Amino acid sequence: MDFTRVYDVLVLGGGNAGLCAAITAREAGASVAIVDAAPKHLRGGNSRHTRNMRTMHTAPVGPMTDAYPEEEYWDDLLKVTGGLTDEALARRAIRQTAGHLPWMIGHGVRFQAPLGGTLHLSRTNAFFLGGGKALVNAYYAAAEKLGVAVSYETEVVDVELRDGRFGSATVARHGAEHRIAAKCVVVACGGFESNLAWLREAWGPPADNFIVRGTPHNMGRVLKVLLAKGAKQVSDATQGHCVAIDARSPRYDGGIVTRVDAVSLGIVVNRDAERFYDEGEDFWPKRYAIWGRLVAGQPDQIAYSIIDAKSMGKFMPPVFPPVRAQSLGELAAAFKLDAAALERTVREFNAAVRPGTFDHTVFDDCRTQGLTPAKTHWARAIDTPPFFGYPLRPGITFTYLGVAIDDRARMLMDDGKPSANVFAAGEIMAGNVLGKGYLAGIGMAIGTTYGRIAGAEAAQLVRA
Amino acid sequence: MSGREAPRLVELVEEAQRVLAICNACRYCEGYCAVFPALERRLAFDESDIHYLANLCHNCGSCLYACQYAPPHEFQLNFPRLLAQVRKQTYKKYAWPAFLGAAFERNGLLAAVATVAGIALVFLLSALIADPARLFAAYSDAQGSFYAVIPHGVMVTVFGLAFVFALFSFAMSFARFWPDTGERVGDFMAPPAFSSATWDAAGLRYLDGGGDGCTYPDEKPSFARRRFHHLAFYGFMLCFAATTVATIYHYVFGIRAPYPFWSLPVILGTLGGVGLLVGPAGLLWLKYVRDPDLTDRSQTGMDVAFIALLFITGLTGLVLLAVRETRGMGIALVLHLGAVLALFVTLPYGKMVHALYRFAALVRFHIERRRPLPEIGTE
Repeated sequence: MDFTRVYDVLVLGGGNAGLCAAITAREAGASVAIVDAAPKHLRGGNSRHTRNMRTMHTAPVGPMTDAYPEEEYWDDLLKVTGGLTDEALARRAIRQTAGHLPWMIGHGVRFQAPLGGTLHLSRTNAFFLGGGKALVNAYYAAAEKLGVAVSYETEVVDVELRDGRFGSATVARHGAEHRIAAKCVVVACGGFESNLAWLREAWGPPADNFIVRGTPHNMGRVLKVLLAKGAKQVSDATQGHCVAIDARSPRYDGGIVTRVDAVSLGIVVNRDAERFYDEGEDFWPKRYAIWGRLVAGQPDQIAYSIIDAKSMGKFMPPVFPPVRAQSLGELAAAFKLDAAALERTVREFNAAVRPGTFDHTVFDDCRTQGLTPAKTHWARAIDTPPFFGYPLRPGITFTYLGVAIDDRARMLMDDGKPSANVFAAGEIMAGNVLGKGYLAGIGMAIGTTYGRIAGAEAAQLVRA
Repeated sequence: MSGREAPRLVELVEEAQRVLAICNACRYCEGYCAVFPALERRLAFDESDIHYLANLCHNCGSCLYACQYAPPHEFQLNFPRLLAQVRKQTYKKYAWPAFLGAAFERNGLLAAVATVAGIALVFLLSALIADPARLFAAYSDAQGSFYAVIPHGVMVTVFGLAFVFALFSFAMSFARFWPDTGERVGDFMAPPAFSSATWDAAGLRYLDGGGDGCTYPDEKPSFARRRFHHLAFYGFMLCFAATTVATIYHYVFGIRAPYPFWSLPVILGTLGGVGLLVGPAGLLWLKYVRDPDLTDRSQTGMDVAFIALLFITGLTGLVLLAVRETRGMGIALVLHLGAVLALFVTLPYGKMVHALYRFAALVRFHIERRRPLPEIGTE
């Protein structure tokens, strides 16, 4: 990439949103460059770890069954965010997803019918064949064919922003700094979840026990610069998508395989071998998103999912083998828990379990009585050795703190006015739609919608 | 299998168990081919499962490029290469007679020696049994040129034995492999699974990367490999059909070779020969330009040897057709028959065996597919 050239559109960040913006702007005639902090094999930011896009549709289409109308999509979003969403921006994202599939297929993305473990999502989510990395590869191939310049291992260290007008970006590549001037910029460089210092600032010492599920490159540097230079903030630094994952996961980039789906089948105890939340509140796919925060709230940010032989093999296999023990005491020793405390917790739980007909596929009548916290479904006594345990940590997937935008993806300044030539797409503006909570596949819906809008608006701006 | 090589398989099985645990927890690749739905039916993988999955893999490469855990990720996951390494161990383990499993270690050399030996043997046969001078004479088709060089009875005996031995060796390998899968022998021939597997094999269904073509020889989806493989395979089958028809002509109708250019055996053989030239040439070229990440380099010799033998068989056959009424016929015949003999003799100890285990794996896949999915909850 030629750093001395003045591009029409500079895209910061080469994940899904940035690629959608770059391809759209280039097809509208603009000259476009993408800079991405990651090396080529890690390109694509967190999009690399995604798998599907929540997609509105009124009739069966492509890989999707039945219908998922706008109102239902909106209701689902309203439920998880508790109203912390901008309805106009959210509805725009929802409506546009209906048109994304043909556009994506036209740019090399392939879809598949969901199989096995994800059948329950076939109505609401379109699955990428090969997952997010295959999608990212397809978009890079399309962008390169169109003549989009790409520079990897290029970190943005500063953004020149005067009175809401972008002038240039300062980037560092292999130890050398370059200034890249452009007529306008699309910021699509994600949140700050890889930045452990910033996480600590927001969460305090507990952040030291967080595991970052995705890219190590989302340091939030551009986000910080933009907020410091007058961009209007949305959401706050403690909001994000945080799930309970296996404590043995790598510090970064563990991705999908780190999840543990045993929670609703057994009990979860903390460092003191005490239960702290209703494991059977709802189906695991609907509840996994709250367990990251729950574990983050426990002492030392550690928890243990414990099941017995009855439940083994009845959930999606996690990547790490469980700790296996013939007795609860042995299991407690393996996790360095107080054996007497764990035995007491399990004894009390078992005594509170009411007889019922166990069925993991429905809200069954297996529950506890007189126990706090209760387990309201799928409660069965933990009494059949061998016992199995999985250690859990909060796994941060992405953060919601971001910059505010209008419905043309223009970044808003503190005074509420749109920037003249800064557009934002993807995780860096997802907080406009997703103030809290999470809905599977909505990140890709927001990124694709506002990526395409940002690319079209940017191209329009340079043409004018 | 020698004691020294045994740990190699043990190591591969351990590595495969690690990798399969990652794949089974991820499942992003499940739309690419049969391997992923097959592995999703399992929570644990023993050695026979690993042989099965490895041989179900067509090495299309799509899963490597889509893999978020591929090197340099710390999980260091290269599924296609691992399965290729396992396949070699399958070939060795189930070879019959067992001591010839070692043939898979230095296969390129073996095939080269077999080719030279095959040609030499045919030459000796023709020289010893017939008058050596006849080898360099020109004959008209009407004079029954081929059998002037090598008597028909000798040809039938030598090639019949080689062919029967190859078939028997394949049958013995299958008889050792299939019970290890835990499936019953009777179920192998059961029509629904067998016909589905035949259909998949005949069309190379899983050399399609989930629809757009597989990422072979590089990241860009392409059908090049499937097409060249079709040319090679159907070329081989046409040549086989030519020989079969010729046999019927000979024994049933008493019509002796050489046959006219527009006769059925020659048309089939010519078309097949062209397939055996273009197909293997294309496969060799793809192998030369392919992404080295996709392969187990220790098998290049085996792959190239088999492809080259097919090519030489096709080439010498067409040359024989062209020169069969000239003085060059004798030498062309010796070269062609020598190549065919080497091909037959090495069939059970070279790349050809992939067809046996791949097909058996496809049959098992279709048997399993008809069973209910195990209860493993939802994501």
